[in-house]
Amino acid sequence: MTSLPPALADWFAAKGWTLHPHQLDMLAKAHDPATLLIAPTGGGKTLAGFLPTLAELGPNPPPGLHTLYVSPLKALTADIRRNLGTPIEGAGLKIRVEDRTGDTSYTQRRRQRADPPHILLTTPESLALLLSYEDAPRIFAGLQRVIVDEIHALAESKRGDQLVLQIARLQSLNPTLRRIGLSATVENPPALARFLSPQTTILEADPGPDPDISMLETDAPPPWSGGGGRYAIPAILNEITRHNTTLIFHNTRAQAELFFHDLWLQNTEDLPIGIHHGSLSREQRERVEQAMTAGALRAVVCTGSLDLGIDWGDVDLVIQVGAPKNVKRLVQRIGRANHRYNAPSKALLVPANRFEVVECQAALDAVRAHTLDGEPRGPGSRDVLCQHILATACAGPFDAGQLYAEVITAGPYAHLTRAEFDACLDFTATGGYALKAYDRWQRLKQTGGKWHLRDPRAAALIRQNLGTIIDIETLKVRLRGHGAPLGEVEESFAATLTPGDTFLIGGQIVRYEGLREMTVEVSRTPGRDPKVAVFNGTKFATSTLLTDRILQIFQADTWPDLPAHTAWWLAKQREVSRLPDPASLLLESFPHDGREHLVVYGFAGRNAQQTLGLLVTKQMESQGLAPLGFVATDYATLIWGLDPVTDPAPLFDLATLRDGLDHWLSGNAVMKRTFRNTAIIAGLIERSHQGRRKTGRQATFSSDILYDTLRKYDPDHLLLQITREEALRGLIDFSRIEAMLARVGDNIVLKRLARVTPLAAPLFFEPGRIPVHGEARDRLATAQAQALMEAAGLA
Amino acid sequence: MHHALFFHGETLHLMPSGALYWPARKTLAVSDLHLGKSERLARRGGTLLPPYETQATLEKLDRDLDHTQADTVICLGDSFDDLAAADGIEESARLWLARLMAGKSWTWITGNHDPGPIDIGGTHRAALMLQPFTFRHIAEPQETGEISGHYHPKARLAGQSKPCFLADAQRLILPAYGVYTGGLRAHDTALTTLMAKDSLAILTGPRVLAIPMPR
Repeated sequence: MTSLPPALADWFAAKGWTLHPHQLDMLAKAHDPATLLIAPTGGGKTLAGFLPTLAELGPNPPPGLHTLYVSPLKALTADIRRNLGTPIEGAGLKIRVEDRTGDTSYTQRRRQRADPPHILLTTPESLALLLSYEDAPRIFAGLQRVIVDEIHALAESKRGDQLVLQIARLQSLNPTLRRIGLSATVENPPALARFLSPQTTILEADPGPDPDISMLETDAPPPWSGGGGRYAIPAILNEITRHNTTLIFHNTRAQAELFFHDLWLQNTEDLPIGIHHGSLSREQRERVEQAMTAGALRAVVCTGSLDLGIDWGDVDLVIQVGAPKNVKRLVQRIGRANHRYNAPSKALLVPANRFEVVECQAALDAVRAHTLDGEPRGPGSRDVLCQHILATACAGPFDAGQLYAEVITAGPYAHLTRAEFDACLDFTATGGYALKAYDRWQRLKQTGGKWHLRDPRAAALIRQNLGTIIDIETLKVRLRGHGAPLGEVEESFAATLTPGDTFLIGGQIVRYEGLREMTVEVSRTPGRDPKVAVFNGTKFATSTLLTDRILQIFQADTWPDLPAHTAWWLAKQREVSRLPDPASLLLESFPHDGREHLVVYGFAGRNAQQTLGLLVTKQMESQGLAPLGFVATDYATLIWGLDPVTDPAPLFDLATLRDGLDHWLSGNAVMKRTFRNTAIIAGLIERSHQGRRKTGRQATFSSDILYDTLRKYDPDHLLLQITREEALRGLIDFSRIEAMLARVGDNIVLKRLARVTPLAAPLFFEPGRIPVHGEARDRLATAQAQALMEAAGLA
Repeated sequence: MHHALFFHGETLHLMPSGALYWPARKTLAVSDLHLGKSERLARRGGTLLPPYETQATLEKLDRDLDHTQADTVICLGDSFDDLAAADGIEESARLWLARLMAGKSWTWITGNHDPGPIDIGGTHRAALMLQPFTFRHIAEPQETGEISGHYHPKARLAGQSKPCFLADAQRLILPAYGVYTGGLRAHDTALTTLMAKDSLAILTGPRVLAIPMPR
């Protein structure tokens, strides 16, 4: 067993700290090639990860990089640097710890390359950049260990694919490199272990006592529909006063904003409450983070930006507003409360509407039954591999066979064939087009058996585009005449605003004044209801586990466990229509607001319901039913159009759906969005940079044009293959439609009704409406153009 | 269906593709083809875009010529993404272009991307007067009866942004015709200062729709 340096052991003793068993186990396993530690929040997981390194470095380590720590969040690296600094300085160890992220200054980054610290804290994106430099072999020459924090979160996305490819690279540079993964509770530890390394040993810490979790009881019942949970504000304020620090999680930024605004209006005691989410400016977020660390806040309204293990203050209550959508995430959020390892965490669920009461009940049942949800991870994405090949070429010439051998040591790419690898290499070198147009202008060329950049200056551009996070294009929001930005909104949201519109940001209502040099200019307008409040944040899909449990709850004759208002509401739905059940597919059709509506209660999860929306509207278009658009939730799809559906069976014929899959897939908006992401990651198109867009003239054109061109002239191109694969795996989720239709068989029930039903009402408040560009839209555009011309006196 | 515009005493057809047809003179005008754009980007060490835009743009042009039976063609500049792209154009595209040009009066107006003569046949001009119009690449503020390109205007209607024509009493600006072209929003100051207050934006697409120019 590796033991702690005496100075550090003494310092721990002086502080009265004793190590947890799993922290001692990590020291014992210091020489293992790969260890995955699974521990609940508050279990000293991160310290456990660093103990072997501190032990090996000792009081006076020689210079050189020893340990690389990778986390999904920039904020986490800064936090860890502070936390690690305390024992290192306290024990007088001469260990240098530095972080390196997109926020690190140019001078600091240069110095780090010349003289790396003992422990470098970074993110997958910054690591990709570091590995793309020609001096990467020198920087990483003595590297002994890589620690991946919150590995469960990284493994869920392409950032994980990128990271394991990088670790494979590091392992080639240092064959004796050891790996540590740190994870919150997950449903399938062996799968995560394989993701880290083929030879991982798993260490599970004592999960601690069960959480104290329940649904918040309120005097007012939740509303029929909508999100946000504002009805519960009096009860939530009451809970805040009864606890030291409360975290109030919301599923979307827009909901967090609305809630925070209303919370302040009712905060008569002036409790110090802050807001934290990804759309706020960095300065604003940092101010909240500092106040939180200093214990100056009683509550923070937040979103997923606080999901990961940033260690702040004395949180003793977590409130989840809105259904948690996913049991695993809920369990991890509950872990934010009470960082004392042996005390139970306390959490309250606040359903935002009556449907969510049922979802919350299903989630409570699942937490109590200790079941976690999760989809098995697919193979590593090939667009990420393309980017990795380009990045590798930036660092220097490489041999294709050696790179392939290295890539397949990375868990997600273990089954990648040589032919698949070669196709990615060909794409990066020649574009991979059927028409061999770029013989003279290849991006990568082979000389003496090694691949290298044809034009070394191209490296700068490739480096600018490294990373797998695709930012939604956003615009800064500023008060007219003031410097400090209030936050950001999505460009597509800004495009819908006309001067005079009001919306919420940073908890205040602002009035849209105009767009100036890529900045949304606003003014303050106190005391008015915002006209527009929706800008998209992250939307989660409810897991299969939860939707199945919800359908089960519906089957009960009565619902004694549910609040009376919700039980009554379900009974009402049963009375006017019927409740969905596992053995049939319920459809409701009704007119509303001058349009015909069709609701499909598939309970197949948001992505599959969205696909179903695309499929069914396509069928409706060919039947002349003039669909205008649809919106999908985890349990239903709402379609609106000009004419009613009377004969649904042909719309849901599985054979027809499957036959048409490829055809309709190709033209739809979801595929185009997927293609855009894939094309950016694979290096076909550049990210748009704020600075470049300032010129007004768009030098770049829409990726939709490239998608349409490829489809027409090169339908078997690698990027279209990847797009199809990605879409089918994630956004399309056709397998869940197949499973649903197989489950219901011929049992398709259409209820024709006079008006919106209790269960359908929440659908009308869903963001993310997708337009159908068909005949109906042409009819409307013509009418709208006519109206504009008449209004201008030009008709 | 095209949109018929009455401009300086003549009827002009603004076509769904972004081309302009002048029936009285059997003349078709197109602007900003940007042929060879992908080749130019690749040559400069940038990304390798799908090399099909020349083919796709010529297909469009072929269809419009076939449809209108025009005997005179005016390309309003930036026909090639740069002069080297014009020289480097593939043999198949060169032959195709030659076939389209055969038997027609064909004028290449120089643009900022293709400022010199191109070895590809036709006539090369800085501007072309064809009573009552002047055709050139970039609009000149004092000019009247002028038909130009260059700006790649686009505008938004019913949630969709589309390339558009801009028209006022003095001038007509064509959208970019090339497949790989971005756009400049009509409410950009470059365009709002150039165009009169009562300008129209005429959106391309299956239905050509006129709206007051967004400002």
